[in-house]
Amino acid sequence: MTTATSPLVDPDVVERVLAAALRRGGDFAEVFVEDKRSTSIVLDDRRVEELLSGHDRGAGIRVVRGETTGFAHTADLSEAGLLVAAHAAAAVARSGGGEAPVARLEGRADPMLRVEVLPEHVDKAAKVELLRRADHAARSSGGAIVQVSAGYGDSRRRILVASSEGLMASDDQVRTRLSVTCVASGDSGMQTGYESLARTVGFELFDRFSVEDTAQAAAGRALAKLSARPAPSGVMPVVIKGGTGGILFHEACGHGLEADHVVKDASAYRGKLGQLVASPLVTLVDDGTPVDEWGTAAIDDEGHPSQRNVLIEEGVLTDYMWDYLRGRRSGRRSSGNGRRQSYQHLPMVRMTNTYLLAGEDDPDEIVAQTPDGVYVAKLGGGQVNTATGDFVFGMTEAFLIENGRITEPLRDANLIGNGPDVLRKIDVVGNDFDMSPGTCGKDGQSVPVGCGQATLRITGVTVGGTAGA
Amino acid sequence: MPELRDIVERVVSAARPGEQVEAYASWSRETDVRAYGGEVESLSSSEAAGVGVRVVVSGRQGFAYAGSLEEHLVAEALAEARDNARYATADELVGLVVPDGVAAAPLELWEDGLGTFPTEGKVALALDLERQARACDARIRQVVSADYGDSLVESAIASSTGIAAASRRTTCYLAADAVAGDGDETQTGNGYSVGRCPEDLDVAVAARDASERATRLLGARKPPSSRLDVVFDGRVTATLLSILARTLSGEEVVKGRSLFAGRLGEQVGVASLTLVDDPTIAAAFGAATYDSEGLACRRNVLLERGQLAGFLYDGYSARLAGTSSTASAVRAGFKSPPGVGARALSVVPGELDQAGIVSLVGEGVLVQGISGVHSGVNLVSGDFSVGAEGLMIRGGALAEPVREITVASTIQRMLQHVLAVGSDVEWLPGIAAGVTLAVADVAMSGA
Repeated sequence: MTTATSPLVDPDVVERVLAAALRRGGDFAEVFVEDKRSTSIVLDDRRVEELLSGHDRGAGIRVVRGETTGFAHTADLSEAGLLVAAHAAAAVARSGGGEAPVARLEGRADPMLRVEVLPEHVDKAAKVELLRRADHAARSSGGAIVQVSAGYGDSRRRILVASSEGLMASDDQVRTRLSVTCVASGDSGMQTGYESLARTVGFELFDRFSVEDTAQAAAGRALAKLSARPAPSGVMPVVIKGGTGGILFHEACGHGLEADHVVKDASAYRGKLGQLVASPLVTLVDDGTPVDEWGTAAIDDEGHPSQRNVLIEEGVLTDYMWDYLRGRRSGRRSSGNGRRQSYQHLPMVRMTNTYLLAGEDDPDEIVAQTPDGVYVAKLGGGQVNTATGDFVFGMTEAFLIENGRITEPLRDANLIGNGPDVLRKIDVVGNDFDMSPGTCGKDGQSVPVGCGQATLRITGVTVGGTAGA
Repeated sequence: MPELRDIVERVVSAARPGEQVEAYASWSRETDVRAYGGEVESLSSSEAAGVGVRVVVSGRQGFAYAGSLEEHLVAEALAEARDNARYATADELVGLVVPDGVAAAPLELWEDGLGTFPTEGKVALALDLERQARACDARIRQVVSADYGDSLVESAIASSTGIAAASRRTTCYLAADAVAGDGDETQTGNGYSVGRCPEDLDVAVAARDASERATRLLGARKPPSSRLDVVFDGRVTATLLSILARTLSGEEVVKGRSLFAGRLGEQVGVASLTLVDDPTIAAAFGAATYDSEGLACRRNVLLERGQLAGFLYDGYSARLAGTSSTASAVRAGFKSPPGVGARALSVVPGELDQAGIVSLVGEGVLVQGISGVHSGVNLVSGDFSVGAEGLMIRGGALAEPVREITVASTIQRMLQHVLAVGSDVEWLPGIAAGVTLAVADVAMSGA
C-alpha cells in the first residue's frame, strides 16, 4: 500500500522553531522529528518468553555556527517543548554575529508509506506462530539441536526533517526481521549456529521468505560444527561464499570511505582519490535505494534522498561518502549518507547498503581452482580501525579447502587483515551476487545496513585459529 | 526533575486482581562536548526520561515502554504490556521478585558538584584535553576526538509484590582518540579518565594515555605465527572478564548455553584465580545499590581459587535453577526488561605488577588492545580468537611493536593456563576492573 499519513508536527510550527533556533546567530538549523513504534518477541527454551512493545517520539534540534554544532533533544513535541530545545541548541552559538535567514520550507511533511502489510495490523498471535514454526523447524533438523532461541521484530519509524535552507522531507520506514540461534551438543562439546532474515518491508516478508529455511540454516551451521576441527593459524587463501561476506567490504574499506574519518586524517584512504586502491575486479557501491534491503530508505536522516554512490570503480577510488555537514565544509553536497540512530543522536556519515558488484566466474570453479585454503560460508561481525585499515571479522561457518575441494568444517575464529592490502589481493569474483542484513555500530550509534558480494577469493589473509601454530 | 517514585507507584496501583505489575522509570540529563582543531565541534545537552512496565498474569509476562513520562503514554505502555502478556507461554516460574530482606549497602554515587558544574567548564576540559593530547608527542598527527561527557541519572522501581527502590548516580568522563604518524605509517591510541564529578577527572592522564598507546605502536610489524605466552594489559583483561561473566550467567547456564553448565564445584581454572562480582564497592564504575528488579546488590563469588563457585541470577533464572536471585538483574535503561549480568567484576590481586609479570614471562607478547570480540568469542563452545596489537616481550622486557595479529585459544584452556595475576587491579569504565594477566600457550597468528 502507498498512503500518506499526517505530518508529525505542523510545518508552520517547524518554521517558527527553526527561526527561534537561529535567532541568536548561526548558519544552519535543523529539526528532526521521530515517532517510532516497535514490537519484539523472544522465544527461548521452547517458551514465548516475552513480548515487548516500545514507543519513542521526540525531536532533535541542531544549530551550526562555523565549526561548532549545538544539539538538544526533547520528548515534548508541543511548540513550547520544541522551542525549549531550540534555545538549548542555540546556546552554543550565542556569541552573536551573522544571522542566517530561514528559507521557506518546501517538500513533503506527510510521509509516504510503501508496504503491503503493516505489522501493526497483524495479530500478535500470528507473529508468535512464526517463532513456533522456527523452533519446530530447527529442532527437526537433528536430534543434536538442544536449544533454540528465535526473535521476531518489527518497527515503524516516521521521521520529518526540516532545515533553515528550506528543505523539508519525511519518510515512513517499516522494517521486519526474524532471527534464529541454535545450540547443538555432541561429544566434542557445544556449537552454535545463527541465521537472520531482515528487510525494509512489512509483514509480507514472510510470504516471500520461509521461516523454516532460516531456522534450518541456523541449525545446519550448529550441527556441521559439531565435527569441526580447530581453524588453522596463519596466512592462506580464503574463498568467501556469495551473499555471506559483504561485511568484509563494510569493514575493510567502507568505514574508511566515510568523509568524517577522511577529513580528520583518520582514514587509510585519505588522499587516494583517483588512485588504484584495489584489485581491478573491485567495484564498490553504497546504495540506499535498492527495493526492500535492510539499509534502504527513501531519505537519509538529514532529509536528503537516498542515492547510489560508486566508491571504487574497477579498483580506482572515485569518491567518499558524505553527510550534510562534511559535504558543506568540503564544498559539495551530501551523498545521502547522513544517518542517526534516533532523535536523541546527531547525524554522522554512515553506510546504507554497501556491496561489491558481481564478476563473471562460476563460484564452484573458484573453489576448484583453489588448491588449499579456507572456505568461509558465513561471516559474523567485524570491526575496523579506520586510521590504520586493520580489520577483523569472524567466521561462523567455515571449511577447509583441500585440493580444490571443500572438506572439513572448522571451529569459529577471526580473520585479520588490512583493508587496502586485502582489496588488492582479490583475484577472482563470482557471478552469484547476494545481500545480507546487519547492524552497524559507530560512535555509540547503531543503524541497519545491508552488505553484499558474490563469491570471491583473497589470495592471502591471516586466519586466526589455533591449529599448526 | 519529575518525581519518579510517584510515577512508578501510580502505575503499580493500577494492578488488577491476579496481576503482578512492575514499573521502572528513569530520568537522565547528559552533556557531551567534543573538541576538535581547537574549537568545539559539537555540544549536546539533553534530558531524557521514560518508563518500562512489566505485567505478569497467570504465569505470562508482557513488557512495554514509553520514551516519555507523559501520563497518557505511560498508561498506554501499561495497557500494551498487559496485552503482550496474553501471548506469552504460561510458566508458573514466571513472576516478579519479592523483597528478600537483604539490606541495601550505603553507597553514595551522586556528586552534587556535577549538576552545578557550568557548561563553560565542560568545554574548557574538552579543549584542554585536545591541546594536551596533541602536545604530548611530536608524532601525534591528529586528535580525532577529545570528548567530555557527563550524566546525571535517577531511577525508581516499584512492584505490586512489594518492591520499592530508588537510586541516583552521577558520572563524567574525558576520552581522547589520538592518531600518531611517522612517514606513511599510522597508529591510534585511546585514553580516558572517569569519575563522579569533574574534580575526579585528570586531563593529563587521559591525554598521555592516548598519546603513549598510539606512539608506542609506531613501527609495528606483523610477526610470524607462533605459540607463546601472552600478557594481557589491564584494559584488555577487563574486557575478557566482562565476556567471561556472560558464561557465568545463571540464565545461560540453566538453558544449556554456557560452557560452564553442570560444572559447579569443578576446578575450572588455576588456583591463583578468584573472581568476584561486587556492586557494593563504591569505587567500581558499575557500583549500584539495587539491581534492576529492586533487590539490594550484594557480593557474589564466581570463581574461588579456580573452583567454579557460583553463577549470577535474576528472579526468573533463579527459580528455573531452583535457587534464589543473586540480585544480578540488569537492564539497558527503561527500554528493556531485566536480564542477568555482572556489574562490578574483579579478581583477587596477585603479587607482581605489570613489569614484574613481563619479566616473569620472559618471552611472549604484551597485548594492549583487542578487536573483534563480538565476532571472535563463542560463549557456548568457548572458542576464542581476537585481533590484537601490542609489544613483543624479549628477555623479560618489552620489545618491538606488533600489529595485525590474532591471539587464539579457548576460554576453558586459558583459565587453566593463567601464569600470573597482576597486583595492579584498577576499576575501569564498564563492568570490570582491569588487571595485568599472563596466560601461557596461546596461538598467535601473524605472517
